Amino acid sequence: MSALPVTLRKRLRTLVRDVPFDAVRNIQWSLLDWREILIESLIRLAGISSIIIVGMIFLFLLREGIPTFLDIPLRQLFESRWYPNEGLYGMWPLIVGSLIVTVGAIIVALPLGLITAIYLGEIAPEWQREILKPLIEVLAGIPSIVLGFLGWIALAPLIQKLGAPTGLTALTGSLILAYMALPTIISISEDALYAVPKEYRDGALAIGATRWQTIRHVVLPAARSGLVMAVMLGIGRAIGETMAVMMVTGNAAFVPTFGADMALQPVRTMTATIAAEMGEVAQGSMHYHVLFGIGIMLFLITAAINSLAGRLVGTSGNRRRGGQL
Amino acid sequence: MNTTKSTDARTNSHRRTLKRQQTNQIATVVITGVAGLVVLPIILVILYIFINGIGAISWEFLTAKPRNGMTEGGIMPALLGTLLLTFGTGIVCIPLAIGAAIYLAEYAGDNRLTRWVRLAIVNLAGIPSIVYGLFGLGMFVLFLNFGTSIVAGSLTLGIMTLPVVISTAEEAILAVPQEFRVVSQSLGATRWQTIRHQVLPHAIPGIITGVILGLSRAAGETAPILFTVAAFYLPDLPQSVFDQTMALPYHLYVIATQVPGMPLEIQYGTALVLLLLVLSLTLIATVIRTNMRRRRDW
Amino acid sequence: MQAKISVQNVSYTYADGTEALKHVSLTIRANEIFVLFGPARSGKTTLLRLFNRLSDLTPGADYRGTILVDGQDVFALGVNVTDLRRRIGMVFAVPTPLPGSIRGNLTYGPHMAGIRDTALLNERIERSLTQAALWDEVKDRLDHPASRLSGGQKQRLCIARSLMLEPEVLILDNPTSGLDPISTSMVEESLYELKQQYTVIMVPHSVQQGARVATRAAFMLDGELVEIDTAERMFKHPKDQRTEDYITGRFG
Repeated sequence: MSALPVTLRKRLRTLVRDVPFDAVRNIQWSLLDWREILIESLIRLAGISSIIIVGMIFLFLLREGIPTFLDIPLRQLFESRWYPNEGLYGMWPLIVGSLIVTVGAIIVALPLGLITAIYLGEIAPEWQREILKPLIEVLAGIPSIVLGFLGWIALAPLIQKLGAPTGLTALTGSLILAYMALPTIISISEDALYAVPKEYRDGALAIGATRWQTIRHVVLPAARSGLVMAVMLGIGRAIGETMAVMMVTGNAAFVPTFGADMALQPVRTMTATIAAEMGEVAQGSMHYHVLFGIGIMLFLITAAINSLAGRLVGTSGNRRRGGQL
Repeated sequence: MNTTKSTDARTNSHRRTLKRQQTNQIATVVITGVAGLVVLPIILVILYIFINGIGAISWEFLTAKPRNGMTEGGIMPALLGTLLLTFGTGIVCIPLAIGAAIYLAEYAGDNRLTRWVRLAIVNLAGIPSIVYGLFGLGMFVLFLNFGTSIVAGSLTLGIMTLPVVISTAEEAILAVPQEFRVVSQSLGATRWQTIRHQVLPHAIPGIITGVILGLSRAAGETAPILFTVAAFYLPDLPQSVFDQTMALPYHLYVIATQVPGMPLEIQYGTALVLLLLVLSLTLIATVIRTNMRRRRDW
Repeated sequence: MQAKISVQNVSYTYADGTEALKHVSLTIRANEIFVLFGPARSGKTTLLRLFNRLSDLTPGADYRGTILVDGQDVFALGVNVTDLRRRIGMVFAVPTPLPGSIRGNLTYGPHMAGIRDTALLNERIERSLTQAALWDEVKDRLDHPASRLSGGQKQRLCIARSLMLEPEVLILDNPTSGLDPISTSMVEESLYELKQQYTVIMVPHSVQQGARVATRAAFMLDGELVEIDTAERMFKHPKDQRTEDYITGRFG
């Protein structure tokens, strides 16, 4: 033991501490029946498979995408010219495209989603909730390609009438994305509002506050951290959306000129770039590696968002319903 | 004088109350209006596709192959492909997801490993679908050399569907009263026997709901199948699981954006079939869940 | 008489820090009705659940001391827990029939132990139900759902269900808490019958019930064992002031 470096010994000690004594003591020795051992092992394997899968996803993205970051100077990767045919892989337009569309979507979806959640949680009578909640679930279930199709065939012409040269713009993408992010935002906001203790509301109403005052000054502040999470997961959902965005944003890999009509210019997102170009690249070419490189970035962005949001909810805690025994 | 002052105060307070009530009413109206603004388009979207697409749907549309550069004929290969892929997704996802749900609900202690597992599931749920597509391409198509095939697509979709099914199945398992477990083990049942005979039978409707919901998502996904299985157009149906197949979502993308001169009706019709397929799965799941709540007798 | 269960200096602290048992030592003899009484949250249930290691289901607790059943340490490595639970039957404060038929409830334990012989099971069903004073009431409807029985019937079914495994020890944790007086007396009635064959450990619903059924008794307070004695001396001439106060109803 003394031969081990100190840090490793420390590491080992934490490991041992993390195996609860119970776990050792509670091994049920009757399980020496081989079928039970097999089944329990399979269940445990399935349990940790999620960790393995996340690891493998990252590994395979790295395997195919790492040349991007090794062979191309980082400065070139963030230039504003995306001309893969000429060997120019400046991702800046794609990043900006994703950013504009996502921010636009959240600006639209957040107030709508939050207010709908307030309506569902605080105002709507029971019978309306019974109708509305399944309806919102239905929205969550509509395939993105169908919404993209509608955006392409019905919404884009409307946007064009607003004065844009084409209907396929960042705004079109944001609107469609906003709708797709709504179910996420609504359901998480609703959970957050629901978690506010009833006593708070009753207390506020008892001292004569109107319902709106109660919502505004008591319920919303109490639900704040849950609402932050709704926004984060909404962003996560929006930034990763592919097909609908690809169909309606025009797919022009240029950094849009900054100005009032920024939203009415075509853009191209990171996701759409992968989807549109992967089919045509030669496997093993630099272009191919760069598309995987974009995938690595997307993976890291969403992993950061979701880990943070997961931290917010608190992943532990005994959720088992209290019984009589 | 004293009286006037108090009357003043009372009028003032009265005025404030009135204003507060007005604000309250305005807020209520605005909130209700916005909620309507969110919900109404959902109905409109479905109606719009239904009205425009219903004319295209016929027996031939559902059972014939596309003809004449896909501008005529039906969508049978794509529909069949999607059904195959959904089936394959189920085979990949169901055992793994149920196992993981049992692990989390029945075996996992409150320790670091469990927190890592939960974090991994949250992350799986958040990974963009196109990244799943890249992963499927890198691992199944190229590394394991399955080629662009139904196997590769099913594996990709199955892994993508895991988190949805795991979390609904875990909920269902946790909802089984703890008493059943205690009583069962007090009668000398092992932990697995308890799960097998007292927990799973009561959790199964909830688990099925989760599975169907997960599969309905998978059926509508496009991005994960782009590079792993989906074909632009195939003259023949797939002969084995190592063949490519057409799939409904990708087919819709193709005919909407890649084929010039495509009759609108066929586009709407395809969208409608996809929508109906996915929504009917969602509906079945909802019905099972409602029935389950009603029938529960503990 | 020989010690069936021997508790030696047992302390138990739950994961949340609650000290449920403090240095408890006692001995339970074969074929007696041992009554464990005391106010709520005095550690009775916690102690009973250690005997058949149902405590395993509440993770994170700190356990010290030794519990011997027939001289065998129940927490020793290599102990067959399922077998231990088959030898020590347990009936809970609330009647807990499993979903399913009366017969299904009764055969559950034996089935899990791999006993499938129908003739043997039928024989045991009749004997267990008779011992639990339920046979006459349910013999014609064994395949009806157990959930349709009355509260008292459910509890007697739970007793019969434990007896199906032919245990050596039967633990009854306040089995009459939710029952009316008639059902209660029927359950008590069945205890005298059971005593012949089993070691019975019971948490009574009241001091009076304890005095009625006990051979020997132990009084617990705040996780400590205050006094242990024969029923006669315990309930008539307790040695400890606290026991006397509790028995005479001055607190609790």
